[in-house]
Amino acid sequence: MMDLLGINPVLLIASLMVSATPILLAAIGETVVEKSGVLNLGVEGMMIVGAVVGFITAVNTANPAIGFVTAAIAGALLSTIFATLVLYLKSNQVATGLGLTLVGLGISALLGKPYEGIKSPTLQSLDIPILSDIPIIGHMLFSHDAMVYVSILIVGLVWYTLKYTRVGLVLRAVGENHDAAHALGYKVIHIRFLAIMFGGACSGLGGAYISLVRVPQWTEGMTAGAGWIALAIVVFASWKPWRTLIGAYLFGGITVLQLNLQAAGVAIPVEYLSMSPFLITIAVLVIISARGNQGAPASLGRPFHASN
Amino acid sequence: MKDILLDINGLTKAYPGVVANNNVSFQIRPGEVHALLGENGAGKSTLVKMIYGLVKPDSGSMTFQNQQFAPASPNAARGTGVAMVFQHFSLFDALTVAENIALGMDDAPKPRDLTKNIRQVSNAYGLPLEPNRIVGTLSAGERQRVEIIRCLLQNPKLLIMDEPTSVLTPQEVEVLFKTLRQLKSEGTSILYISHKLEEIRALCDTATILRHGEKVDTCIPATTTAREMAEMMVGASFANPIKANREMGDTILSLKNVSASSAGAFGTSLQGISLDLKEGEILGIGGVAGNGQDELLAALSGETTVASEMIIFDGQAIGKQGPTARRKIGFLSAPEERLGHAAAPAMSLRENTVITAAERKSLLKNGFIDWTAADQYTQNIIADFDVRTPGTHTPAGSLSGGNLQKFVVGREVLQNPKVFVVNQPTWGVDAAAAASIRQKLLDLADNGAGVIVISQDLDELLEISDRFCAITEGRLSTIVPTSTLEMDQIGLMMGGATADQEGAYA
Repeated sequence: MMDLLGINPVLLIASLMVSATPILLAAIGETVVEKSGVLNLGVEGMMIVGAVVGFITAVNTANPAIGFVTAAIAGALLSTIFATLVLYLKSNQVATGLGLTLVGLGISALLGKPYEGIKSPTLQSLDIPILSDIPIIGHMLFSHDAMVYVSILIVGLVWYTLKYTRVGLVLRAVGENHDAAHALGYKVIHIRFLAIMFGGACSGLGGAYISLVRVPQWTEGMTAGAGWIALAIVVFASWKPWRTLIGAYLFGGITVLQLNLQAAGVAIPVEYLSMSPFLITIAVLVIISARGNQGAPASLGRPFHASN
Repeated sequence: MKDILLDINGLTKAYPGVVANNNVSFQIRPGEVHALLGENGAGKSTLVKMIYGLVKPDSGSMTFQNQQFAPASPNAARGTGVAMVFQHFSLFDALTVAENIALGMDDAPKPRDLTKNIRQVSNAYGLPLEPNRIVGTLSAGERQRVEIIRCLLQNPKLLIMDEPTSVLTPQEVEVLFKTLRQLKSEGTSILYISHKLEEIRALCDTATILRHGEKVDTCIPATTTAREMAEMMVGASFANPIKANREMGDTILSLKNVSASSAGAFGTSLQGISLDLKEGEILGIGGVAGNGQDELLAALSGETTVASEMIIFDGQAIGKQGPTARRKIGFLSAPEERLGHAAAPAMSLRENTVITAAERKSLLKNGFIDWTAADQYTQNIIADFDVRTPGTHTPAGSLSGGNLQKFVVGREVLQNPKVFVVNQPTWGVDAAAAASIRQKLLDLADNGAGVIVISQDLDELLEISDRFCAITEGRLSTIVPTSTLEMDQIGLMMGGATADQEGAYA
């Protein structure tokens, strides 16, 4: 007997925010990278390295905050490999990004082996005073752990920076027309390098959120395609920061909903429910692509040669 | 002592294999419009890039207002008072006018003040612009205004303009010249690079002529004829194309209301294009870039297919046929983009020959390529069209623009087309090579082929075509005989005026 009424909307929304946060972090980082004109398909690899490094340091220091910081550093460091290959050695961005994912998966499996089956210290929920006491909404929105709010804060900062600051303008200019930006005297390679590192750090944070909060333990390959979903969400969001939030929460919502549906015993085979978030992502991407590539940075994926 | 703004002294810059500039010296006075003349590859671009801080000279020095001047970056050059308007606009399509301008300034004011400044300057110089428009939606003339205003906001003492008029209508050129003369009267010096000798005669005070990276001459453009200047650039005299009186035959090609949507995001759709082309006739199609030229060529070459009856070739409806089928029956074309569209850069000339000539020159034997025949035909093109290349195995991408253009045109012309369509046949080609390509097109028409030349070079179209029309926003103007045409009319046609509005000629 189905028990749809057993799905509690308050819990659903509360848990979708948690389930969406890793994707949101990775997607907002990748948005910045792509806005600068670089396509880094290594998001999955950087996430899982962030997950394992964050887990290891959090377990050893018994401090999840340090885990997040080192995860961000690890993601950024891994991304410098990609940045060096792509920007200085002019390697193909797609191939290099795929390679980065494979490297990340391999390294994480190696590093994580001794840590399997251990439980990590996790972040406490903040229970923001007053706000979290509001009935229903308080529990839904204001009693999460700090990283949920940090991720939203990053989205806001990225939006503000891209839209209102000179740094953001230059970054967009570089992604739009790198030859023109170079002719005006902007350091295309330099700017892209920093953007890629920012993307790496965000992916690392996203990965650590999976291993430290969502499932506070280490399992090989535990990001399970979240990086690819993040890449899809960047396109879904038309490279706009707030829309990545919508995209990530939508995807997170479907994931949580299908879990709830499974628990409620809906008469749909589990396999179909499990694949539904991915199917819906593909469907949305197809619909968006059919409309044309709106908002894609014009230099996206094109290698830059400073010919003079 | 004479007043000197910029003194260039013995600048030399070498790249592996080429000396781009060899010991170039000249001076620019305050308030002077100084022309820099030379063929493609003469070293003009490298020279101005050194002045603008994009390229460091190997040796030589510059002084600006009697101060040592060696800009390490464009920012440094801008700081000293040098501004530059680029040949291929250095604009960002997805950003607004104001954002584009802010990017070109070192200490951009707050957005609101900047918007005000832009309005002020654009009114003062008669260059109206809306600061909040997205640049991708602007016309070529408006885009150039963005660049000019970006420069003017920094009160430059020297404004460098690289081929500023190549994309403008005659009316837009008039507006630009008015602005430049106003700047000159305010004491701003202008370094003006152009191929268009008549413009230089009308605008410039002095001209420095470069050939193969060296300064070869100077002249006062007002007292020198365009032909003399052209010969100084080339270093030799060359023959102008001769237009013979031709007999026209029957109509070989008819377009009937051809409409097609553009494949590109910022492209222009064709809207009801109709025309008739006779055997032995050259039809010139003018117009500012981006008004449907590429789309028209694609519809004619068969890259875009249209409804069958829209294109009638030699009595057959061929609108649905693809490029190979059209080539087979003698309907050939050469697109504008030489590298990547007309020729594959990494492939040899011989291989590039096979790509379009396989059918008509029977370079295939039972489905296999007959390399001997392909080589032979490539040799013919090289000999007939004076393509300067080490051999048939040279990659197309390593040829200079002019040589590759001669090859691309030659490859089609020597296939004896019944109709030949070419887009920008002499774009970026030096004067002597351009003259020889034009002569070949005339010869082709003399032999009875119908030729359609799409070009932004009005002088070229007036020189070789029998009838002329302009393409604007995917529509064709009235087609008129070239002999009765005046520049004013052309400007109106390019501006999109139709026969009803003009009335005078039909």
